[in-house]
Amino acid sequence: MALLELNDVVAGYGPTTVLHGVSLSVDEGGIVALLGANGAGKTTTLRAISSTVRRTGRVVFDGHDISSHAPENVARLGIAHVPEGRGTLGQLTVWENLQMGAYIRRGGVAKADYDRVCEYFAWIPERRRQVAATLSGGEQQMLAIARALMMRPRMLLLDEPSLGLAPLIVQEIFKIVRAINEQDKVTVLVVEQNASIALQASAHAYVLEVGRVVVSGTSVELQKDEAVRRSYLGY
Amino acid sequence: MRRLPRVRPELLGLAVIGGIVVLGVPTVTNQFVTFEFAKVAIFAIALMGLNLLTGYSGQISLGNGAFMAVGGYTTAILVQRTGIPYWTTIPVAALVAGGFGFVIGIPALRLTGVYLALATFALALSVPPVLNHYDTFTGGHGGIVMPAVLPPFSLDLSQEQWLYYMDSGIALLLFVFAWGVVRSRTGRAFMAIRDSETAATASGISLAYYKTLAFGLSAAYAGVAGSLLAIATSYLNPDTFGLSLSLALLVGVVIGGLGLDFGAVFGSLFVVWLPYYAEKASGLHIGALSFAGKPDIFYGALLIVILFFAPNGAAGLLQRAWRWYLHRRTAVRSPLPEPVAER
Amino acid sequence: MLAFIQQIVSGIATGGIYASLALGLVLIYRAMDVANFAQGEMATFSTFISYSLIEYAHFDFWSAFVVTILVSFGLGVAIERLLIRRFEGAPVLTLLIVTLGLFTIFNGVTGLIWGYVFKAYRGAFPSTPVQFGGLYLNTQDLGVFAVVLVMLLLLYLFFSRTKAGLAMRAASLYPDSSRLLGVRVGWMLALGWGLASTVGAVSGMLVAPIIFLDPNMMQAILLFAFAAAVLGGIESPLGAVIGGVAVGIVMALVGTYIPGGQDLRLAFGLVVIVVVLLVRPAGLFGRAAVKRV
Repeated sequence: MALLELNDVVAGYGPTTVLHGVSLSVDEGGIVALLGANGAGKTTTLRAISSTVRRTGRVVFDGHDISSHAPENVARLGIAHVPEGRGTLGQLTVWENLQMGAYIRRGGVAKADYDRVCEYFAWIPERRRQVAATLSGGEQQMLAIARALMMRPRMLLLDEPSLGLAPLIVQEIFKIVRAINEQDKVTVLVVEQNASIALQASAHAYVLEVGRVVVSGTSVELQKDEAVRRSYLGY
Repeated sequence: MRRLPRVRPELLGLAVIGGIVVLGVPTVTNQFVTFEFAKVAIFAIALMGLNLLTGYSGQISLGNGAFMAVGGYTTAILVQRTGIPYWTTIPVAALVAGGFGFVIGIPALRLTGVYLALATFALALSVPPVLNHYDTFTGGHGGIVMPAVLPPFSLDLSQEQWLYYMDSGIALLLFVFAWGVVRSRTGRAFMAIRDSETAATASGISLAYYKTLAFGLSAAYAGVAGSLLAIATSYLNPDTFGLSLSLALLVGVVIGGLGLDFGAVFGSLFVVWLPYYAEKASGLHIGALSFAGKPDIFYGALLIVILFFAPNGAAGLLQRAWRWYLHRRTAVRSPLPEPVAER
Repeated sequence: MLAFIQQIVSGIATGGIYASLALGLVLIYRAMDVANFAQGEMATFSTFISYSLIEYAHFDFWSAFVVTILVSFGLGVAIERLLIRRFEGAPVLTLLIVTLGLFTIFNGVTGLIWGYVFKAYRGAFPSTPVQFGGLYLNTQDLGVFAVVLVMLLLLYLFFSRTKAGLAMRAASLYPDSSRLLGVRVGWMLALGWGLASTVGAVSGMLVAPIIFLDPNMMQAILLFAFAAAVLGGIESPLGAVIGGVAVGIVMALVGTYIPGGQDLRLAFGLVVIVVVLLVRPAGLFGRAAVKRV
């Protein structure tokens, strides 16, 4: 059964419409990649899910129609959105960032959650008191994921985790995303421009072009399809 | 040869009607109303100056009342001490106040936002006590009384009518000047600074020069307004130029429409007439509570209501109406609903 | 020398009052980047409520104090929810003018209900001079200062140790990210107004016994509180307290040692503050904001 379903979602900013009726579904437990060129509407799709953009159409999460939910209520249902630019709470410390991640959880940061996050990101304990803005780009991306994990989400929306990072670090981050998906049973919807790495990590993928889904299928199929790769994925 | 820009006939018509109204006001109203409209012209000048500073170059000033004080006292002291004709003091007032503003603009260079607001707020507050203290020049609390102004060339006008025409004439001149400044290289520099100081500097605009210039110009306008106010009331004392004056100016410029040419005119109508009507409305009673003598409540409430419905001020509303008229439709609206607000 | 120290001591005492109102200003500034001109008038309004409770409902001071604090908190929250939030996204100048509008409304309403006759207000602390090594102190001033320090400590604990305090900081600095984490950002702003209103009420109840109660009592204090907040760096509660004390001392010294100082107190004091700002444009404890373009 689909955990998240978008049905004919139209979204945009001011007078400009960016998404012209996007429908897609994400099955529980999988990793789904959302690919496409600059301006195709990938980020807007994630924002339509977390309700941080003007939109119409139906968004259903786990049987709840969340089309008219406010962003904070979407979050409270278990969707953790790591936005474009990582949403780092820069002036707060690493520990405070994690505390904010656990904001919707009763009783604050649970020890089990914190230990779990430290397994993935071993550098966190010794940097607890460091101000987040002074972390490197890769560390900020990891902190953003760690913060999202503190919400104990059912679903993780990742917006270009590879942006501005060195290839080795990107590899590492995707490894962790897969681990999170498998071990913590978190469904992942990841937006990427780096199609090759996203297709390796995901089971299923959608390709957007100018606000519409143009291709969808299993990641293996898309990787094999020369035409799709050439015309949409650019590698 | 440059072709003159085409002016839409409707605008020309509006201008003619406006001109007739402006010229005709004092012939159909009583002396009180005429005098109040003379004050509208005076405050419009002060607001044009503040609009150049806050609306166009983006620097908040809570202290333009202080510049008005400088202009007013320049005129009053000159007239009282030297006996020269009052009208010759108007340009002097502009120069002195402008120079003062230029000097104030130098420290203001380093301050932005709340800090600038506070520094100018301090300026507004410091003026009355300083004027009181140096009473050999300023007459202290007692103020300065000037001879009343009479219409020149034995024109058949009442004193109020003459003041009205003179002040409106000067206001019109200064309006045209400000219009020109805004559309000049200088005006573009002001707006570039307002929109992004970093980008402006990167384009080779000297922040120091244009920011102090904006202060100087703004203060010169305020100086003229202060001078005309002194001439109109033929009396001034330190309390004329208290904090409430500076605040009224700021309120006026926002209500009128920041960064819009006609904002100053509407703001001035508001500043002069709203307290009057608020006073009238305060004749209300609710049970044992009498609102008599407490116009502030209405003033404050109306202020908030206006800001809510016309965030760009009166001039902004008119601009919208004009565009609607031109295109016969509202501005392009998003077909999508507002993002969900929280509950 | 002793006279000089005496001036400093009384400067510190008045500084405590400025500091208390400055704390409220800092709270609102941190929450939404706006200087709240109505802070003083809201405090006056609250103080009159406590006055009515004491005089007409025969509460003792501390019960009136507690009730007033609760009412003020509700008032602050209500103002944000009903009024300020309608201006969400408006330019700072617009919000500034809205608070000016609130200023006149509160001033008018207070005058409407309670009138403009000065009223004696019996406060928490008796006004008894005590001599201490040749210096005169007043128990009332000591009490005021103690309360200010307690408020500062409580605010510090609230912001650094509680979940709500952390969320308030996050919501004001990073509203978008905070919403994605499930924070109801609007309510955090309302909480900020509630807190500021509460702190203001406390400062009103501290001041009233010293300067008599009337609808305009906070206006001069508001100015110095602004100066204190800005001097301290507008975002720092500790800075507000130190700024308040500094302003108090400067004012006391100017009033005593500069000829004609009483008249020019305001002007000189403010010159000093402006000079400090020129040297440190972001205040004594402010961080110079590094903005990305």
